[in-house]
Amino acid sequence: MKITYHPLDSGIIITHAAPIVAATALSLPILLESIPAGFPSPAENFVDRSLDLNEYLVSHPAATFFIKVEGDSMIGAGISSGDILIVDRAQEAAHDKIVVAHINGEFTIKRLKLINETIFLMPENPKYRPIQITEEMSFEVWGVVTFVIHTVR
Amino acid sequence: MIALVDCNNFYASCERVFNPALIGKPVVVLSSNDGCIIARSNEAKAIGIKMGEPLFKCAPLIKLHNVHVFSSNFTLYGDMSSRVMQTLESFTESMEIYSIDEAFIKLGGHAPDTLADYGQAIGARVRQWTGLPISIGIAPTKTLAKIANKIAKTDPRHNGVFIIHTDSDYRTLLEQTPVNDIWGIGRRITVSLCKYGITNALQLINQPDEWIRKKLTIMGLRTVWELRGISCIHLHEQPDPKQSIACTRSFGNTVSSKESLQEAVSLYVCRAAAKVRAQGSAVCAMQIFITTSRFNREDYYYNSTTIELATPTDYTPTLIAHARKAVSNLFREGYRYKKAGVIMLQLVDKDQLQTHMFDTVHRNQQQDELMQAIDTINGKWGRDTVHSLATGLKRQWTARCSLRSARFTTSWDELLKIKN
Repeated sequence: MKITYHPLDSGIIITHAAPIVAATALSLPILLESIPAGFPSPAENFVDRSLDLNEYLVSHPAATFFIKVEGDSMIGAGISSGDILIVDRAQEAAHDKIVVAHINGEFTIKRLKLINETIFLMPENPKYRPIQITEEMSFEVWGVVTFVIHTVR
Repeated sequence: MIALVDCNNFYASCERVFNPALIGKPVVVLSSNDGCIIARSNEAKAIGIKMGEPLFKCAPLIKLHNVHVFSSNFTLYGDMSSRVMQTLESFTESMEIYSIDEAFIKLGGHAPDTLADYGQAIGARVRQWTGLPISIGIAPTKTLAKIANKIAKTDPRHNGVFIIHTDSDYRTLLEQTPVNDIWGIGRRITVSLCKYGITNALQLINQPDEWIRKKLTIMGLRTVWELRGISCIHLHEQPDPKQSIACTRSFGNTVSSKESLQEAVSLYVCRAAAKVRAQGSAVCAMQIFITTSRFNREDYYYNSTTIELATPTDYTPTLIAHARKAVSNLFREGYRYKKAGVIMLQLVDKDQLQTHMFDTVHRNQQQDELMQAIDTINGKWGRDTVHSLATGLKRQWTARCSLRSARFTTSWDELLKIKN
């Protein structure tokens, strides 16, 4: 929504709609304890604090990036086309982690496998083949995927 | 010890983080109107593209070497900068953010022989967390840290970290540092020192204090003491409030109507006024200028005017009303204007303002609330969410930025997409 005010009379008019960019933090109150049976308690005792999703999903704000996936090569790992990945560059890449990497200048998302000192990038969809990283390739792990945001339809 | 951390080829490096196909390729970034080169990757420097060069001048080189050209994406660079600064914070208790890509940090309690490793650890973490390469110069003073940084950046043997220890012999380093490379020594001083045969930092620190103070004032003497290893320029953790705030831009295409100029100038007033309010100031005077292209000598027109405000204010509508009138006075029919600007002058602390006798307190309070509401909304939902109608709706005069990369880190609609 774009709102415009006129400088002379300060009257506010709405001129046209534009996409909203981003909110900072959304907090939702939750119940931290369950109610013990037969033990009545005033409700306000249970509303402990507000929860911030960032706290759960983002351990290193400076190193965390959001990336949008297109394609189904990691469908077996629960990563579908259109999902948003939370990628933490502060995490060390290791065997069995799902990583964002680039090979010869192209990004890909795969599971990292170290087998007999050879690096493999494994898809999780039988339609795709594993990629073996060889000496001639330029290869770098960009970050480690920590969460997937999937819209339920 | 003080470390100066500086991102290498910052804007070009930011582009690379989100586009690995650019690694090892020449990359340049253009100024806000795609006019001049403002950043170059090492590969672009190597083929001879100069800093500040107009795009049209190096177009043949760009074509020949297949250089990747980007419009500036300050939204992205600003976000990446704050990520670098946040990462650096984990290494220090005291930091001065010196520019978008530079910070001084205090390194306390490290044994001299462990500093190099610590510097490498800082570099490795920034590189891993943000993807950006940095250089680190470490020394007992800020001025020497600047020199150390330059060595770290240019000599690959040091792997991005260089330390100047003043208790060992560092005279050769100073001898190799030209006077105009010293932080705080400008072109004018360089020329005047040259007359006395002083061309490098070693020659400069060997002059007697009295002579330096006479020729270079007390500021110059401070610089010399810093070069001798005595810290005189301390870290500024809080930036001083600015004395003036400007917003000046070139247009994408030339503008010849008064209305368009008024729109543009109104927008610049909005931008500058928001910054004025953010530092808690009010404006006593405002300078407005309009100009045609300085490359076009035949039809050149430049004019400016300064408006003194009866009451200092930070209220955008009042400032816009004055600015529109000023543009109307400056405007001459028949010119193709290329650039305009607003400079807010004589900023005063708003809290210490004496209210004008004719202005009612009530009216001021209403104005403050309106401005606060607008600043809050624009801070949260993006600038220009609420804006003055005087700044125009279509803004056909806005700068070109056709080659801008996506705002990968600040807009849900523009996230990095990976085909998988």
